[in-house]
Formats: sequence, structure tokens, C-alpha cells
Amino acid sequence: MKRPFFFYSLLIILLLGWTACGGSDTPPDDTTATATQQDGLSQEQLDKGIGPIRQVDLGSGIDAALAAKGEEVYTIKCSACHKFDEAFTGPPLGQVLSQRTPEFVMNMMLNPDEMVQRHPEVKALLGQYFIPMPNQNLTEDDARAVLEYLRDNQTEATGTTP
Amino acid sequence: MYTPLTKSVLLGAGAIVLAGAVFFSCQTTATQSVVGGDAATQVYVAPGEYDEFYAFFSGGFSGNLTVYGLPSGRHLKDVPVFSQFPENGWGYTEETKDMLNTSYGFVPWDDSHHPELSMTNGVPDGRWIFINANNTPRVARIDLTTFETDEIVEIPNSAGNHGSPFITPDSKYLVASTRFSVPIPQRDMAISEYAGNFKGTLSFIRADTPGEMDVAFQIIVPGYNYDLAHSGKGPSFGWMFFTSYNSEEAHTLLERNASQNDKDFIAAVNWQRAEECVAAGNTTTMNTRYFHNHMDPATRSAVSTEKTSVTVLEPANCEGLVYYLPTPKSPHGVDVDPSGQYIVAGGKLATVIPVHSFAKMQQAIADEAFETTIDGIPVLQYDAVIAGEVTNPGLGPLHTEFDGNGFAYTTAFISSEIVKWRLGEPWDVVDRIQVFYSVGHLMIPGGDSQQPWGKYLVAMNKITKDRYLPTGPELAHAAQLIDISGDKMRILLDFPTMGEPHYAQALPADLLMDKQVKFFRLEDNQHPYAAKSEDETRIERDGNDVHVYMTTIRTHFAPDNIEGIRVGDEVYFHVTNLEQDWDVPHGFAIIGANTSELLIMPGETRTIKWTPRGEGVYPFYCTDFCSALHQEMQGYVRVSPAGTNTPLAYGTGN
Repeated sequence: MKRPFFFYSLLIILLLGWTACGGSDTPPDDTTATATQQDGLSQEQLDKGIGPIRQVDLGSGIDAALAAKGEEVYTIKCSACHKFDEAFTGPPLGQVLSQRTPEFVMNMMLNPDEMVQRHPEVKALLGQYFIPMPNQNLTEDDARAVLEYLRDNQTEATGTTP
Repeated sequence: MYTPLTKSVLLGAGAIVLAGAVFFSCQTTATQSVVGGDAATQVYVAPGEYDEFYAFFSGGFSGNLTVYGLPSGRHLKDVPVFSQFPENGWGYTEETKDMLNTSYGFVPWDDSHHPELSMTNGVPDGRWIFINANNTPRVARIDLTTFETDEIVEIPNSAGNHGSPFITPDSKYLVASTRFSVPIPQRDMAISEYAGNFKGTLSFIRADTPGEMDVAFQIIVPGYNYDLAHSGKGPSFGWMFFTSYNSEEAHTLLERNASQNDKDFIAAVNWQRAEECVAAGNTTTMNTRYFHNHMDPATRSAVSTEKTSVTVLEPANCEGLVYYLPTPKSPHGVDVDPSGQYIVAGGKLATVIPVHSFAKMQQAIADEAFETTIDGIPVLQYDAVIAGEVTNPGLGPLHTEFDGNGFAYTTAFISSEIVKWRLGEPWDVVDRIQVFYSVGHLMIPGGDSQQPWGKYLVAMNKITKDRYLPTGPELAHAAQLIDISGDKMRILLDFPTMGEPHYAQALPADLLMDKQVKFFRLEDNQHPYAAKSEDETRIERDGNDVHVYMTTIRTHFAPDNIEGIRVGDEVYFHVTNLEQDWDVPHGFAIIGANTSELLIMPGETRTIKWTPRGEGVYPFYCTDFCSALHQEMQGYVRVSPAGTNTPLAYGTGN
């Protein structure tokens, strides 16, 4: 029950450090200043989402084996709520990669709780769909495979936003 | 009859009853606080912080195991074991109801007395906790990664499984002794012919392999009431000690007739010797019936198996198996100190706490210092085995635990107190504290093991009276947390407990916290009726049986509209929770169901059977608040008249 003083000291130092550094990863420019101020997120976080994925190497073309594995994961863990061509419990995903970066999509799969609470675009989606996306505890490999499956199933963007 | 009735015994017993009556008449005036100044800070667990110990209390007549945090006394969970539990469907769902199968059929209730943690090298290891069923003799294993009952084995040739389930330091065996002696095998006979004809059994249950818990052998013993047990440890490893009373072999008005003899017995059983006799074939195989029930981990469903024979040992055919230690008087608890040298008895009508010495017992056996022999069991001479007697121990001593620092703590039921005494010469009482009221068992975390965590003691009191806001005629039982870290015991906290906790066990939280299962992986779900994605949801009709393969996720069922059910159908809703995160169970309930709700953990499948009685359209819904749109989580079943041809149809969102 009791924790030693140095534990709290360490915690406070870490928290101070974290607060001091918040949003300073990337120098803000004019276009992001508002978002950065409002949401405490860096431009990178706004673009790529909040989570463990900083950079995805998509390679050339579609990795069919990876996409097949992704379909298995997607069927079990995602398909109850997401369709490709219609809004269901969650948004349609048929054009998601023309609106979001691959990193954003993977971070949404891997860190939905924080994305829903902190990312302005995901907060806006919550206002539209009402159900916060559940954390289905995908591994990074799972999420990468699902991304490949999504890449393999994108349709032409028509310019509308889901 | 072992010892003749004496006038002094009657006088002594009379004095105890009188003293108890005087005490009881005074005690309700003594309920003012006895708490020291800084007690509150010692039990305060700030919001967001954790308790230091998990404590597991038996539910008594609730048949459950209840879990509390110490030192706060916060109630964390009820684990259903032997009783149906509508809160989560235990014993009602198709997956769990066979866990309650017995040779008497489906038994949906029991009386659970003694939780017992698994041990490695004589120390609780946090793998499992076991608990007994007193009424329909069974023992259960609860997995401490899930806090779920995983296995239940029935004890044949037993009645009143009270002395159970005490474990060996290596978790190899649990024991189960019969409180009630009965004809073995059961037969029609006059009750008045009890003496010499009724028998007790001491069962050893192999316990160290999940899924394979089974009665290894039973020892047939004279027809006394076998009460409690504890295992030898250290130098006494390999032995198990059982108390018995009613050596008078009375069969009526036991309160008088079983309180005649000055001494009854502790049965010391050499279970390693038993293993030799079993291996040598000095046994009989008795035909009987009992059930073994186990939750298959892949399907998370009960597998129930009937067993038809048991291996039986008679002391006369296995020399050195059992010795009786004469022990005053109608002993209840038997507790072995952390060093394994001393065997402490709680003689509930005795005026002293007798402490037997294991070393002296071995010497007495070598010297054949026997008073007599009963049914092949040598009775050792009291003076040859006794190490010391603690005088002035309070009235009605029952149970003893140890702090690992050279002291023992014994409950005194009639005088409502706990006495602390020195384990060794001069065997003197060094402290005593009043508790409220009528304490039965006590518990120190690890206090029956080789390494007690001797910081707290919990008194489990049988009478509550005025400790809490009154709640009608039935009151929660009162537990009291006592600080034993200093020379003087100090009461810190009262907290209510549910059912009737008889005994409890506790261990440091860090042995369990990090290994908790948070959800079940859908990929591992091998339930035959699982729907692991909405693609697999469907309805199959097989005559009048209809199987609905349903899924849940925040915040809908699939399917949520069902048509084509007819009056006369029996509908099985097999609901798989597709969530893969911690703390997101979904519930399922449907109007008119004659069982309970389902509470489905993430990744698992649970089944409710529903028999619609009339045509109509019936709603079902999620019972566990799961999201902001929980109130939208619902569906309908259309039921058409018998003989109509409404086609089976189902879906969600269309």
C-alpha cells in the first residue's frame, strides 16, 4: 500500500518532464498552431495519430499473404462494427487510406482509448458514431496485417468524408 | 467407551457453561470502541491504491468463496463454487451447470467452510485455492488467475465433509475427513447400532494436477466425528493430523453424550506410509459412485465424469499408518506450528491448550508407549507425547494460528477473546484481546504455513449483535482486523462478511496481481457453439431445438432480430462476446427465462436455454452496462404458434 517517497518524487519529475515537453516534438508552424494549442498534439501526432507507430514501410504493391492474415484478424476483431461501403457501428473503411495516413490507421487500432480521448478528428467521429472504438488488443503485427488487408480493399475516393 | 465418566468432568463442564452464561450476559455492554488513536491510518487505502493482501473467506452457507482486500476490508468479489449464482449464471448456464453434478444428482447449494491455498515448500504460492463442501461432500479448486471454480470432486463414503481441504506442503494431497460416521458402504440398519458399526473415512485427494483431482485412497477409521486437520511440515512432513470427538460413539443428543470422555483423539496419519501400503496392494477396491467435474479450458465448459470405485485402506492392514494422540476434550482445531515441531489442539471443552510434540510422538512410537489399541490404531500415552499445556487460555479454545515470530494465537469462543501465547517453555499467555463476539476461526496471512506474514490477524466472529447498523433479524457476520506487529494486539477495523465465513486464507497481493487473466483470446475459443465473428452468426433448427449462434460487441447483438421460432421450441442462445479488452463483459437476458442471465467474459461463449410459452414478440437485452449506448443494446425474438411455417430469419441492421 505505502510507496516510498522516491517513487512519488520520480513520478512527479516524470510528469513535470512530460508536461514541459508536450507538443514540442515538432516546432509548430502557422497551420498547426491552433490545433497544437487546443489539443496539445504535435503536427506529427495529428497526422499519424497517437500511439506506438511512427513510420510504416508499405513496400511496393500489396503483400497478399500479409493481407490474407489481416483478413483473418479483421473478421474476428473488426468486422462486427466496420463495413467497407457503409457506416455501421463504426465508420466505413473502404476509403479510409485516402483520408488517413497508414500510421494513423495503425495507431487507431493499437491505441484507441487515447486516440478517442485526445485526437480532435477521432473525437469528432465519436460525436458522429457515439461508440468509442473498443480496444481489441491487436498486436503490432496484427495491426500491420489488417492495414495490408485494408490497402487491398480500398475503393476510389469520391471526395466525400465518412 | 474410552474414558469413564467422572464427576470432576461434569463439574468442569458445568463451570464452563456457567462462566459462559455469565460472560454472555455482560458482553453487550462492552461494545464501546477499543481502537487506538492511529488505527484509521493503518487501514486507510487511498483511492487508486491497492490493498496489501488478498484475503479469501469461505461463504459458509452461501456456498461461495468471498474475496476481500486487507487491511481495508474492502469486499472485492464473490466466487461462486458450490451454489448456483444468478449474478453470473454459474450453475445455470449450459456450460457450468454440470459442475454441480454429484452422485445425488444436481446439487445447487452447499455449505463451504475452509479455503486452503496451494503451497510450494510449505508456503502459499498463489496458484489455486481449494474449498470444501460440507453437506454433499466435495472439494473444489479455484484458479487464481481467473478467480473461477475450475474443478470439483465429490468424496465417496463421506458424510459431513468438515475436516477438509487441508493440504500437504507440496500440494500433493488435500484431505477430507468425515464429520458424520455412517454405515460404509451405506445400508439400512438401526441407528441404535451405531457403536462399532458406523465408520469414518479419512480421504487423501491428489490435488497437484489441474483436471485430474481425484481420491487417491481412503482410510477407514472408528466411528467418531472427525473434525479438522492440518498437515505436518518440516520435520513432520509426511504426516497429517486430524481431530476427532465423540469417541463415545454417541448417536443421539451429542451435546451431552459426546462430551463424556476426558479425552478424545488426534489421529496422526503417516501418508507416506499409506503410499507404501497402497503400492504394496494392502488395500481393497470398494465399488461406489462419485463425480468429478472439470471446466475444460478450451471450451470453458464443464466435463462431468462418474467414477465407480475407490481404494480403501484399513489401519489393521497397514502397520504404522495411524496413531491416536489422546487430547482433551472434544478437540476442534488442530494446528501445526511453522517449524513443524508442535501440534496444537483446540479442545473446545478443555481448560488448557494441549501442545503435542512431534519428536516425542516419534519417540513414543519407537518405544511403543501405547495405552491401548483401537481397531488396529495404537493409542499413544498422553504424557509421552505432550510438550506443554497452555493454562488460562480463555473459555472454549478453538483454533490457533502462528506469526512466525515464536507466538501462537488461539481463539476462545465462549469468552470472545484471542490469546497470544509463547510457543515453547513456559507456554505462557503473553497478551489477550477481546473481540466482538464469539470468535470461531482466526486467520493470519500464511499463518498455517511455514512462513507466516505475521502483520495482521483477522478474527471471524459468529455473533454480530450491535456492531453495525441493524438489518432486521439476520446480520452480516463481523470480522475484526487486529494488528499483531507489536507486543500488544490492537484492533484496527471491523468489517462485515457475507454468508458465514468459517475460515479464511490470505497472501500478499503481489503474488496474484500480475498474473490475472484479463480476457480470453477469441482465437483460443473452442466452444462448439462459438461464433467468433459476425460472419459466423446463424440459427440452426434441429427438430424443436433451435441453436442461435450470437455475438455481442459494443453495442449490438448479432443477430438482434430473430423470426421463425415456434411455441414448443427450446431455444439455446449461444452468445460469444467478441470484445478483446479487460473489464468488458456483456450480459444477456430474455423475458420469461427460467434460469438466470448470462454474463459473458470477453472472448468466451455462454449459453442460456429459453422455452417460449406463447406466441408474441419478446425482447432481450444486455444486462451489464457496457457503453453510452448500452440502453440501445437489445433485440427481439418473434415466436409464432406451434405448427406454423414462419421462416427462420435473422439479422442485425437490416
